[in-house]
Amino acid sequence: MTSSLKISANDLSLTFQTNDGPVHALSDVNLDIHEGDFVSFIGPSGCGKTTFLRVIADLEQPTGGSITVNGVSPQEARLARAYGYVFQAAGLYPWRNIGGNIKLPLEIMGFSKSEQQQRVTRVLEMVDLAGFENKFPWQLSGGMQQRASIARALAFDADILLMDEPFGALDEIVRDHLNEQLLELWAKTNKTIGFVTHSIPEAVFLSTKIVVMSPRPGRVTDVIDSPLPKGRPLEIRDTPEFLEVAQRVREGLRAGHSYD
Amino acid sequence: MRSVFPVLTVLAVIVGLWWAAVAPMNIRPALDIAERSGVAVVPEGSVTRRDVSVWRLMLDNRESIAIGYQLDRPRLPTPSQVGEEFWKTTGEMVAKGRAFSKRSLLYHSWITLRSTFWGFLLGTTFGILGAVAIVYSRVTDMSLMPWAIVSQTIPIVALAPMIIVLSNQVGIDGRGVPKAIISAYLCYFPVLVSMVKGLRSPTASELDLLKTYNASGGQSFWKLRLPASVPYLFAALKVGVAAALVGTIVGELPTGAISGLGARILIGDQFGTPLAIWSALFAAAILAGILVTLIDLIQRAVLPRMGFRT
Repeated sequence: MTSSLKISANDLSLTFQTNDGPVHALSDVNLDIHEGDFVSFIGPSGCGKTTFLRVIADLEQPTGGSITVNGVSPQEARLARAYGYVFQAAGLYPWRNIGGNIKLPLEIMGFSKSEQQQRVTRVLEMVDLAGFENKFPWQLSGGMQQRASIARALAFDADILLMDEPFGALDEIVRDHLNEQLLELWAKTNKTIGFVTHSIPEAVFLSTKIVVMSPRPGRVTDVIDSPLPKGRPLEIRDTPEFLEVAQRVREGLRAGHSYD
Repeated sequence: MRSVFPVLTVLAVIVGLWWAAVAPMNIRPALDIAERSGVAVVPEGSVTRRDVSVWRLMLDNRESIAIGYQLDRPRLPTPSQVGEEFWKTTGEMVAKGRAFSKRSLLYHSWITLRSTFWGFLLGTTFGILGAVAIVYSRVTDMSLMPWAIVSQTIPIVALAPMIIVLSNQVGIDGRGVPKAIISAYLCYFPVLVSMVKGLRSPTASELDLLKTYNASGGQSFWKLRLPASVPYLFAALKVGVAAALVGTIVGELPTGAISGLGARILIGDQFGTPLAIWSALFAAAILAGILVTLIDLIQRAVLPRMGFRT
């Protein structure tokens, strides 16, 4: 890889102390993510994929090992607004219209009014929601709401995008469509994307790198560098290369799953 | 408009039951009057009748029941008597151009309303500030909340005279201020409880989102917690304004006030004029209805404009 290192985890561990004893959410995770990578984290519930994303975002503190984001600690990266985070629920504020929701981070970060407006227009076009600026969230479908929340994460030009099962609650048709759009967006912006998912086809279709994780303790069982080309039509899912990668992911998941 | 029919039906049933209840409630004074005017009553003598059930009396003296519907000082006035008295002390006074004479219920309602307004304002302010303190400080959460709950277990009727005496001691003349304090005392609690819930209503991911933006505490208050609590605030204001009105009326009862709806109720009780009590009660109920409706209208205007679906 010639591109620079964006996120680097070394022997990263995180143990939650609960009333039922310690829970090892992450155990000795080693992972390098380079600029422009689209990395998917896949694994069953409790494998620590969301926790790992939250550690990158400085929303959880690791209890062992080290991690750097943009070469600095997650906290410094967060303070430097290095990433945009998309949650599983769109999490749009119901009392703000779509434009207002996208302005939220911009207001907090102190952009000028005219700059805010310019950015809202730009990112709404990027996610194909031009003209919906003055609608309230409840007036939009679930897929549109999630697109608006992606626009919100894009608005302040962070070069890392962290997405925690953003399409998990959507139906498959909408999901396919959004996956295609997300790839287009990624190609246009060259952002580094961390993407948590439950779905093997989604992970294989989107990613340049697939991180397969297993639970109790949460650890990485396989890291697959996808041989698929960057430009991907939906039909690529029927090619032998695609099915081969999917098969490897499935095997990785099976190997890591103890079925206890 | 769909609710008009059910509302009218319920109203009709209530008025019907009320009207029917007048007969047993008023049979004893009715028979006393009948007996005095020379009509034969079974059994004879007011004292003897005390041991006979009202149902028995009604069965044995059917022709005298009607008298119970026209008493000057009934145990239970009829709906039309109350309506008549209510009209005499409101609409008729207005027609005569004496809307704000001391005998007018409009005048007394106005006195009560004014105190209610100040009490409501004071109580709401305290409720909101208290809620903010509770949500933002663990110490206040653990110290203030129990006292807030305890404060509501003290009977306000016992507390009201003390508030009057104490505010007199610190040189506050008149009853306006102490009445507003008593009213605020009842009003702040629902606002406090509701606002605590409202300020805590943002989800963990909504708060996390602001953390990823590195938002300050002030920003997360103004941009997330406060707007998220607005629907809770309106629910609280409706309960609060009704509580403020009750507080004011209660504040007027034990304090020797001579104006205000509470004073009318007390004076009506002392002078044995049930019609005055009943029409004051109706004025209070109508006032409460108007206040709650007013807040409901404001809510209907504000919430959709804020993007909330109501």
